[in-house]
Amino acid sequence: MGMSIAHIMASCMGGIRTAGDLVAWMQMTRKMKIQEAKAYVAKKLGIELIDLTNEEVMRDIRKDLKIGTVTSIAGGPKGILAKKKIAELLDINIRSVDLFKSQFD
Amino acid sequence: MGDGERVWMTPEEVRADIRDGSADAARRGKIPELSDEEQERIFAIQADPSRIVSVEPGQEVIVTDDGCSMSFYSGQDGGGVGVPLSRMQAALTYERACGADTTSLGHSDYSYKPVKSIINFEANEYYNISQVSTAPFFYGAQPNLGLYFQPDGPCPNAAELMPLGKIDEARASQERAADYLTDDLVFVGKKLAEVGLEGLNFDTCGSAGDADFLAALRAVEKLKKAVPDLPILMGGSGEFVIGMHGELEYNGKRLAGMYTFDQAKAVEAAGADIYGMAVNTVTTESVPWNLARAVTYLKATVEAVDIPVHANVGMGVCGVPMMEQPPIDSVTRVSKTLVQLGKADGL
Repeated sequence: MGMSIAHIMASCMGGIRTAGDLVAWMQMTRKMKIQEAKAYVAKKLGIELIDLTNEEVMRDIRKDLKIGTVTSIAGGPKGILAKKKIAELLDINIRSVDLFKSQFD
Repeated sequence: MGDGERVWMTPEEVRADIRDGSADAARRGKIPELSDEEQERIFAIQADPSRIVSVEPGQEVIVTDDGCSMSFYSGQDGGGVGVPLSRMQAALTYERACGADTTSLGHSDYSYKPVKSIINFEANEYYNISQVSTAPFFYGAQPNLGLYFQPDGPCPNAAELMPLGKIDEARASQERAADYLTDDLVFVGKKLAEVGLEGLNFDTCGSAGDADFLAALRAVEKLKKAVPDLPILMGGSGEFVIGMHGELEYNGKRLAGMYTFDQAKAVEAAGADIYGMAVNTVTTESVPWNLARAVTYLKATVEAVDIPVHANVGMGVCGVPMMEQPPIDSVTRVSKTLVQLGKADGL
């Protein structure tokens, strides 16, 4: 367990603390290498590459775009609702979201 | 050391081990050694006086996992710390408290064969967690061909046939086992895809040899045909594929003895989205030796393919010491070096 956390502290983008989950989606859904994935997400967010891991910048962006914040805000989207917004933001298909949306029909 | 022992080394000894580790990979893989400048950068990271080191700002990468959230509630066998959390609680804690880029779910056995018989339970658990998780949520396990041989499975045990000189019978048994394994991998993948699976991880492919690796490649092909939008991460189990069969090929290339850069090409050709590279840590060599060796393989692998390459950095791979509780100073040096020198797309 400590080993996993050590890797996160040493090298990880930070998941939903920053833009790590967004960049991960691009590797998964478009087979993008790290620099291409970062550039794609930064362009979609309208920020510099360096700010993808800037907590102060990404926190406000995540809150404004309703894509989930790491601290729990009552009424703030998390989970499947946040992923629906993320899929729209990044113009990708997230399979759990596709299933969720199909259940409304 | 590669077994986690703390040793004192002179700067000359560290530099010599970095040089020898890289040379070992270059000789075996017929790939370029690290340059003097790259070796000196590895030395600088190793010699950093801080206990914990990290990548420079802006060089962070994606960290996927192989059931790390399971380590919250499992025992020592899985590197677990035994905290009584549910699987959902563990996945969400990993996502939110640890800030992981991706999370995952896996069966305690961490093999696909036992998942088949409880697939509805796993699908239910996966679906429930996927509704509340925000970061990409994988389902992962190992193909683990060994479970298909007697007495655990239906096929005559190849490891018992070979010492008897029954090579043809051993090969035939592995081919049959590989067919069963492919069927199970596809079965589990399709079932989970029905409940919105976001990503599937074939972890440690080839652990039982070339037939194991081939079964996973074929499963990737079949799943990508059946569920084209399903992201698949396929990882290896060592710097070369063990030739338990010896004659199996994929796209005309022999799998036995296939090094990471060619494994990655096969994984890419099969249609997988991310390749996980494993280089086994040699426990009797130092961390600088093991790390330089892993970085040499990684550089060649990243350059060989267009898909993202994640370096596997669990216990005993890519320079991480082979023990249940790898020292944090070694782990973070491995982490930083693989990203900054090896140019990994992720870990």
